[in-house]
Amino acid sequence: MTDLTNLTVAGIRDGFRAGDFSAREVADAFNANVAAAKVLNAFIVETPDHAVAAADAADRDRSEGNVKPLSGVPIGMKDLFCTQGVQTTAGSHILEGFTPQYESTVSAKLWAAGAGMLGKLNMDQFAMGSSNETSFFGNVISPWRRSDGGNAALAPGGSSGGSASAIAARLCPAATGTDTGGSIRQPAAFVGISGIKPTYGRCSRWGVVAFASSLDQAGPMAHDVRDCAIMLEAMAGFDPKDSTSLELAVPNWEVALSGDLRGKRIGIPKEYRVDNMPAEIDALWEKGIAWMKDAGAEIVEVSLPHTKYALPAYYIIAPAEASSNLARYDGVRYGLRDLPDGAGLQDMYAATRAAGFGPEVKRRILIGTYVLSAGFYDAYYTQAQKVRTLISQDFDRAWEKCDLLLTPTAPSAAFALGEKSDDPLAMYLNDVFTVPSSLAGLPAMSVPAGLDGQGLPLGLQIIGKALDEQGVLNAGLAIEERAGFTARAEKWW
Amino acid sequence: MQASGGSASGPFMSVDSATVRKIASLARIATSDAEVEAMVPELNNIIGWIEQLGEVDTSAVQPMTAVIPNILRLRDDVVNADPLTGGNIRDRVLANAPAPEHGFFGVPKVIE
Repeated sequence: MTDLTNLTVAGIRDGFRAGDFSAREVADAFNANVAAAKVLNAFIVETPDHAVAAADAADRDRSEGNVKPLSGVPIGMKDLFCTQGVQTTAGSHILEGFTPQYESTVSAKLWAAGAGMLGKLNMDQFAMGSSNETSFFGNVISPWRRSDGGNAALAPGGSSGGSASAIAARLCPAATGTDTGGSIRQPAAFVGISGIKPTYGRCSRWGVVAFASSLDQAGPMAHDVRDCAIMLEAMAGFDPKDSTSLELAVPNWEVALSGDLRGKRIGIPKEYRVDNMPAEIDALWEKGIAWMKDAGAEIVEVSLPHTKYALPAYYIIAPAEASSNLARYDGVRYGLRDLPDGAGLQDMYAATRAAGFGPEVKRRILIGTYVLSAGFYDAYYTQAQKVRTLISQDFDRAWEKCDLLLTPTAPSAAFALGEKSDDPLAMYLNDVFTVPSSLAGLPAMSVPAGLDGQGLPLGLQIIGKALDEQGVLNAGLAIEERAGFTARAEKWW
Repeated sequence: MQASGGSASGPFMSVDSATVRKIASLARIATSDAEVEAMVPELNNIIGWIEQLGEVDTSAVQPMTAVIPNILRLRDDVVNADPLTGGNIRDRVLANAPAPEHGFFGVPKVIE
């Protein structure tokens, strides 16, 4: 019998429909992998019963001739999505024990499509981080190791580090992630899988614990482009409960997948060639350009002049929005309450938040509070919002000359846990290639493209026009077809 | 320390411990003296880095208020228009409350 946990989402879906195996067998196989991989710390909560129940329902549906789009497919759910009756923490102590009384729109859609839940995936606290080192529930460890023979534990990237690690280690075939400044794309690149952040507004944010509301977007992470298309179709769609939700039909992204890029112009933004860019990443980018040509595309050099201001603008806007969104965690209605003896209401707020938030979360709340405070609002926040307009206009001008952009996803391969955690700024620089498209709300995806000198995955990023997920997925497929990326993390856990 | 509201390129505003204490108070996060001292260089490092935004000439643009152009919908002006966001669910609303009492959120008294 095939090891079912080596199958992709499409492989499981189609094999299940063809009667090759039961959904129960698939759920049991992944549940076993999850239970045997605790050392990776990818899951905060395991929910094998949920996966089994969904599998049993799928097997029943199949016998009645009634299969749904994801019947038979168990997935991981990032712990940022409210799941009814199942703890949802956002990786934070301040929400430890919080049990939502409702289901997020995105997770509800996935369950309605027939998927099952293997567990809630670990993540950087409140989605703030690029290495999954800020979770209250401990670091997530990447299943990858450097080929130098050392056993240094590597970061899976962040904030969707648990999602990335779990997929790469075959604990689940796919997972949800969220991406605010790169939190789907960068971890996908670090562990050699695919991940897409759709156009802002494609996936509902209702029931997603908010970090930065003008940037947060849910998206799928999976082994390949087809799986991402399948998952995104199930996750996306108009939701009246999210005022920023796009009132547009969900395109049939999977059916229209094609790696034929004839007639497409791929833009190479010169400002993404940063100082001290590792030669390997530059070389991979060149390979990507060659693959695009091979797929029939025309290559065009373009300029996005305000690129270098994207990261500082992001680190004003996102913390500002976070300081507002995280004001609700005050110990009154849900979550942790810390009530020192004799404390009044204000002391309760201050003590609860001090005890409940981790250091990176506090840092960002303080930055956000500062840039929004009286006297500084215009110099910082308004200025950043104006720079954001300029960054968006840069993309608009680029679209006059090209249809899609090709860039590296991250400025390095995965680093070791602890290697960058001393300097918050060094950590922020991980997002240099992903943040601009987040600020502009554009769809962007990372696909695995090669390995570095130490055998670690490297990814390439495709950015598209608003609403052109199809263009992005297709270019991703063209890379996937030519990159021949079959490397897997060797099992040490 | 003067603030230059509205100017696109103000002088570098460094934070001192008094400022950190004030921000922490605004953010309602209790911060010990040691933590305040540790925060000063950290925040200065980050704020010093974001200062470069002051270089950009933004006189010709408006702040971005909508990421993807969209209209703000109004839902039907009906009570309980959507069961998922409607009323009559008090017990579920209180289900995660640290100190629910008689159908209310219990909180310590506000000391004036």
